[in-house]
Amino acid sequence: MEAEFLSTMALTFKLAAVTTLILLLIGIPLASFLVFSKMRFKSIIETVVSMPLVLPPSVLGFYLLLAFSPASAIGSFLTEHGIRLAFSFEGLVIGSVLFSLPFMVHPIQSALSQVPKSIFEAAYTLGKSKLETMIRVILPSIRHGLISGIVLAFAHTVGEFGVILMIGGNIPDETRVASIAIYDEVESLNYAMAHQYALTLFVVTFAILLLVYTLNKKSLGGIR
Amino acid sequence: MIAVNITKRLDTAEGSINAHFELTINDGEFLTLFGPSGAGKTTLMRMIAGLEIPDSGRIEVDGEAWFDSEKRINLPPQKRSIGFVFQDYALFPTMSVRENLLFAADNAQQRANVDELIELVELTQFSNRFPSTLSGGQKQRVALARALVRHPKILLLDEPLSALDPSMRQKLQDELSLIHERLAVTTLLVSHDIAETVKLSDRLASVEAGHIKRLCTPMEFFSPQTLSGKLQLVGEVLKIEEDAPVFIVTLLVGSSIVRTVASADEASALTIGAQAIISTKAFNPILIPINSNKI
Repeated sequence: MEAEFLSTMALTFKLAAVTTLILLLIGIPLASFLVFSKMRFKSIIETVVSMPLVLPPSVLGFYLLLAFSPASAIGSFLTEHGIRLAFSFEGLVIGSVLFSLPFMVHPIQSALSQVPKSIFEAAYTLGKSKLETMIRVILPSIRHGLISGIVLAFAHTVGEFGVILMIGGNIPDETRVASIAIYDEVESLNYAMAHQYALTLFVVTFAILLLVYTLNKKSLGGIR
Repeated sequence: MIAVNITKRLDTAEGSINAHFELTINDGEFLTLFGPSGAGKTTLMRMIAGLEIPDSGRIEVDGEAWFDSEKRINLPPQKRSIGFVFQDYALFPTMSVRENLLFAADNAQQRANVDELIELVELTQFSNRFPSTLSGGQKQRVALARALVRHPKILLLDEPLSALDPSMRQKLQDELSLIHERLAVTTLLVSHDIAETVKLSDRLASVEAGHIKRLCTPMEFFSPQTLSGKLQLVGEVLKIEEDAPVFIVTLLVGSSIVRTVASADEASALTIGAQAIISTKAFNPILIPINSNKI
């Protein structure tokens, strides 16, 4: 029982960590695009990014499940290449990335839009490329936005339930994360175990958030 | 030598205008673009920097084309040898004063010169401070030093002192003049401050509605008459009061308030907020130095 508890918790945080890392890598370019692009269809992309905020998780989960199924074009293509996304960890990562996208993109987007244009231009006139400017000047100065994005995306993935239930099910060591386990234990009237999961999630997420906000305040105090 | 001959469609508050700038800047010269806001001064400067693209024409620096619409040449700002000082300083907030300058340096020699530049702008004791802990004047000095790190062919100053209080502005004007003398870097300044323009520039280009109206020395521009027994001051009319049979006019000349009498005819020609010349004839001025440490 104890081993199962630990492996479930480990899987939960592994899913959150992998999801957050992927989101960070795609969130920065996506947020930059939303802030700086003058493309006409930008609002469509902006809308798609924000959809998970209002859409019931089951809707996203349902469509992902259809897409992953071997009967669909995407699913059959993946099956041919030996990839199975439905009821697998990889599938959960894809679902989580989509579902937590706005929680990473929005804080970065809002921090980026507050950086004065002249900061970018100053770096360009000093001979620095766009990439170097981004890495050495812009990202350090929007670190509070990055930290918010990381924390929110991580916490949101830990707390995810609907999407995972739809596309992952409840397979130990593969797709059984803490939020699913709580539901499962309550269903089988095993309240003590449910409580163990619930309290652990409660304490751990509280501690992470507290740590990050404390550190964030300290580091900001010296500079801003 | 920098030769500019470019056109650009400008959208101003009074509608769009077809700007055409033709201008040559000599090596080591301090040239000021002077004129009302919305005339295109800043746009011209930004086009030289490569931050904005002209519609057509050519910008040539020491024989090298930075922009040429016919040959489809448009060097990005990174490839142009410029130092740009922004009105809002644009310092990098997460870097100290020294790091801001080091960021600009391209090679070991430029890195080695950083401390000297910090000393030149009198910020040695602040070199490890972050921009948010500096005053406006100090920030602008950092920005100036940072713009000089790469030994640019042209230093572009976009109303660099307009956000500072008058005494700080005066001090920085003096420093700027000193630095220009020492480094002899070709400098282009955007300004609408008369004192600043007269004090700093070798030549003045008066910009109006997207065109350079006149290119002359600041003295020729602001005081066209030849030297005589005449005292001439240019000021802004602040107040016109009737004190029969005459009028009392209050003007702001530099940072001093001057009150003078005016006839009814003279007073009726003046409007509050407009520039006016006070001149007096048959005058033997007395000049007394003031020993003051207030700056």
